[in-house]
Amino acid sequence: MSSATTTPDRRPDTTTDTRTAPRSPIAALLGKPEVGALIGAIAICVLFLSVAPAFRGLANVGTILYQSSAIGIMAVPVALLMIGGEFDLSAGVAVTSSALAASMLAWEFNFNVWVGILLALAISLAVGFANGWLLYRTRLPSFLVTLGTYFVLQGANLAVPRLIDDNVTSPKIDDMAGFDSAHAVFASSHTFFKSDSFEGITINISVLFWVLLTVVAAVVLTRTRAGNWIFAAGGDAEAARASGVPVVRTKIGLFLFVGFAAWLLGMHTLLNFATVQSNQGVGNEFIYIIAAVVGGCLLTGGFGSVIGASIGALIYGMTNLGITYAGWNVDWLKTFLGIMLVLATLINMWVRRQAERR
Amino acid sequence: MSAARGSSSEERAYRDHEEPKNVEPEADSEHDATDSVIRLEGVGKTYGTVRALTGIDLSVQAGEVTCVLGDNGAGKSTLIKIMAGLHEHTSGTMLVSGKARKFGSPREAVEAGIATVYQDLALAPLMSVWRNFFLANEIRKGPLRLLDADRMKRITRDELAKMGIDLPDVDRPVGSLSGGQRQCVAIARAIYFGAKVLILDEPTAALGVKQSGVVLKYVARAAESGLGVVFITHNPHHAFLVGDHFVILKLGQMALDASRDEITVEQLTEQMAGGDELAELRHEMHEAD
Ligand SMILES: Nc1ncnc2c1ncn2[C@@H]1O[C@H](COP(=O)(O)OP(=O)(O)OP(=O)(O)O)[C@@H](O)[C@H]1O
Ligand SMILES: [Mg+2]
Repeated sequence: MSSATTTPDRRPDTTTDTRTAPRSPIAALLGKPEVGALIGAIAICVLFLSVAPAFRGLANVGTILYQSSAIGIMAVPVALLMIGGEFDLSAGVAVTSSALAASMLAWEFNFNVWVGILLALAISLAVGFANGWLLYRTRLPSFLVTLGTYFVLQGANLAVPRLIDDNVTSPKIDDMAGFDSAHAVFASSHTFFKSDSFEGITINISVLFWVLLTVVAAVVLTRTRAGNWIFAAGGDAEAARASGVPVVRTKIGLFLFVGFAAWLLGMHTLLNFATVQSNQGVGNEFIYIIAAVVGGCLLTGGFGSVIGASIGALIYGMTNLGITYAGWNVDWLKTFLGIMLVLATLINMWVRRQAERR
Repeated sequence: MSAARGSSSEERAYRDHEEPKNVEPEADSEHDATDSVIRLEGVGKTYGTVRALTGIDLSVQAGEVTCVLGDNGAGKSTLIKIMAGLHEHTSGTMLVSGKARKFGSPREAVEAGIATVYQDLALAPLMSVWRNFFLANEIRKGPLRLLDADRMKRITRDELAKMGIDLPDVDRPVGSLSGGQRQCVAIARAIYFGAKVLILDEPTAALGVKQSGVVLKYVARAAESGLGVVFITHNPHHAFLVGDHFVILKLGQMALDASRDEITVEQLTEQMAGGDELAELRHEMHEAD
């Protein structure tokens, strides 16, 4: 056997190092955190295109994008926060809290809907600030702090509607002053490419919010000073602070952004249906985190991409509808997501190692 | 000027090629408060029950290299962390450019023109070299104040090249560099951004002979250009190559505070080794001569 290692036909393997020669462009591409998610999105798209005939209908593009936006609007700030080295487990229920706050305040005091919306914004930002500030004051891991916030908010989501209205859903607000204009701003939809032979693609304004948030957050992360600080704060908070980065301010800012997005999605949910249920949003925080991780964000912070997180949200949207269109039992969705999370993490890890190997 | 500084002129190889320009004429006659960029008066620091520093009187002069030496755990890093804004002192006063200051964060120190290379605080490993280099000092352009990545990359490349580090790809994550290369990035950054004071905590500990030489040269050059330099090292020979002023810390207190013409490298080595009494005796004999 040992003679095999010295046979001449083995020699070329070691002398011509094919890994180092063309490395740069490929390594640079593989080094991008969103590459794994992009490949995954294409694979899942191809999978459902082949097994689910309804998936091929162009009109369903609007529905898939809508489903994706409902996750993506939150996945974007959650990803930024994760790159900044923190978690927010309260992100799912915070959406419902914001929607409940707007509707209950407007309904209880008979305000214009817009007043409720603005008050809800203040509350959402306050929740985000509280998360960041508690993190800074207590120096506890954000996992713990926001787990606390999650339970506090979830309790309030159930207790307050019960207290005010003895109900688990908020009162319908669609006949209140300001509802129509607010609906137009937060929940209207438009149909494109409609013709006699084609029903058109209906795009909800939430898709626009999602795309805008993605673009703005991606530019902030990669092209601004704040983005540099987010990477540094997540990568090594102590080193960042020692270099002169205001780490606390950066992290509180990230929690505020989560609060803002929770408000945006909360307002969309409320105005789309005119009512919200107390137990909505529970468990969604994990889907946001899954989207961010699938999109290439490192759980330990300091690395990741906003675009990737949005692709992660798109994967969720495609999977959610693809399973339905394929005629499979929707109950399997979560199982599928769980498998995908682990797979995506492994793939991302592998891809990064390839890139590091140059 | 260099004659007044002491006997071992052959050890001053790094400094003798040029006379200091920005230094006040009286700079090395006697230290007075006016040209101290940083002056500590009776500064102390406790970590809970640990008394890390007590009664430190130190003045960092513009255009001079102040070397701080001492055993492990003597309090050297604690001392510079106070000046760098990472810790607040718990007693005494710190004057920066003549004004009493207590930095609440490193950012305030950075804004006061104090740049630091820490012993234990590395760079963000997953961030690229150029992003680390310009961290908290980003160059921005245009109405949107976006990062001027091209310019920052070019400057990073140039500054590293000047230190003898050839790194064509400054987009690489810092984590993929060797320990010494990382240290060079941190040093190059501090030298580039240090406007008034440059603090280096054992910068040559991880470096090879060539890079150590480059760093020492930079330390000397920074002082010549008018900066106050605080240089922490375990190596008395490195200290003597560039230092104008030597401070030895022992168990959180000053054991020695001498200018270059008051001490030789042998005495410095002995002091560090703990032979205080012997050294003191020799110093007395030297005085009597
Ligand atoms: N964050 C901290 N909390 C508590 N005690 C500390 C802390 N940092 C340093 N100390 C203590 O203060 C003393 C001085 O430590 P310091 O790091 O300043 O020493 P040093 O002179 O830099 O040592 P070395 O040469 O090993 O770098 C030590 O006794 C150390 O245990
Ligand atoms: Mg130290």
